[in-house]
Amino acid sequence: MNAFKDTGHLFRFALLFVVAFVVFLAMRHLVVPKSFGQYGHYRGAAIGEMAARPIHYAGHEACETCHADILQTKSSGKHANVNCEACHGPLAKHADDPSLQPAKLDTAVLCAGCHAASAAKPAIIKQVDVEQHSSGVSCETCHKPHSPAIDAGGAQ
Amino acid sequence: MNMDRRHFLVMLPAAAIAWEYVLAGTPEASPNYTMSEHWWSMLIDIPKCIGCGNCVRACAAENDVPDGYFRTWVERYHVDDYNMENPEVISPDGGKQGFPAAKEDAGKYFFVPKLCNHCADSPCTQVCPVGATFITPDGVVLVDQKYCLGCAYCVQACPYGCRYIHPTKKVADKCTLCYHRITKGLTTACAENCPTGARQLVDLKNPKDPIHAFLKTHHVQVLKPQMATGAKVFYNELDGAVR
Repeated sequence: MNAFKDTGHLFRFALLFVVAFVVFLAMRHLVVPKSFGQYGHYRGAAIGEMAARPIHYAGHEACETCHADILQTKSSGKHANVNCEACHGPLAKHADDPSLQPAKLDTAVLCAGCHAASAAKPAIIKQVDVEQHSSGVSCETCHKPHSPAIDAGGAQ
Repeated sequence: MNMDRRHFLVMLPAAAIAWEYVLAGTPEASPNYTMSEHWWSMLIDIPKCIGCGNCVRACAAENDVPDGYFRTWVERYHVDDYNMENPEVISPDGGKQGFPAAKEDAGKYFFVPKLCNHCADSPCTQVCPVGATFITPDGVVLVDQKYCLGCAYCVQACPYGCRYIHPTKKVADKCTLCYHRITKGLTTACAENCPTGARQLVDLKNPKDPIHAFLKTHHVQVLKPQMATGAKVFYNELDGAVR
């Protein structure tokens, strides 16, 4: 034991260091979330939590499983590529439970959202001066929204 | 067990490394969706945007975005003749209710939908002091709202103004590229509800995605390329007046 003569203070210091290190590891274990560092410097479980949130818009594929007739009407018209919920609003609840009926739409307001004339809009969208064009008459009096051209036969 | 003190001290760092490995755990199994197979982004086809505001409303409804805050918004530019240094830009309520009709006059008008660019090298994720915001392995910049302190460093760091502090949760909030939808095989709420197809969700890792053919034949730009953020929202026919 001659080699360790008068070195007690060093061992006490080393012991203190080791205890501090163990306390640090224990604290870290308690405080740092389990999935932290799974993919990077963040909580990996946060990705799954984000993905698990509920949807509000069902998506047009969901609508088309039941409303194949509307899909058929739409496919030949100018609105073929306008998805259902773009006009009808978020209907994931209706897709889950069809007894929940969506609200009836007011075409006088709805159609103008896209088709009201403005010099700022590109020519790809058909535009009308709403006042002059219909003078307050509801659009669906003449145009059926799912296939809006008047010569389309007026199918719903 | 025969181990002297010196040996024990030498072993400590090795034990710490082994402990780290235990803490990291094994990755979660996700049966229907593999993150490494995707690299998400978005295409904005500016000539197709009619400024209807459907995307802004859809985003708010899908993600419970509070009034007056926007995960996506639409700006209307008016550039008078050659004066592209000073465009007139308006975005009333983020374009949520559309735009007032413009009268025919000099110059040109166009709409620019904006959202998080889901940058590959984002300044917002780099400045977060606690690791609450990050880019996922499939290329979506997200905020871990359970971990966020609300310090707003990221809000300042985003060169595109895409982040805000949520007024009631008091944590950073932003576009998630509808992560809860795209991982279920759906498109984003904004793209689903765009009547003209001006917004398209894009998976750059999918060789069959139409984006690859589109990029071959169109002149596409990202916002603020000089910032080198690796922005992934591609704008077709972006005007030089847009900053």
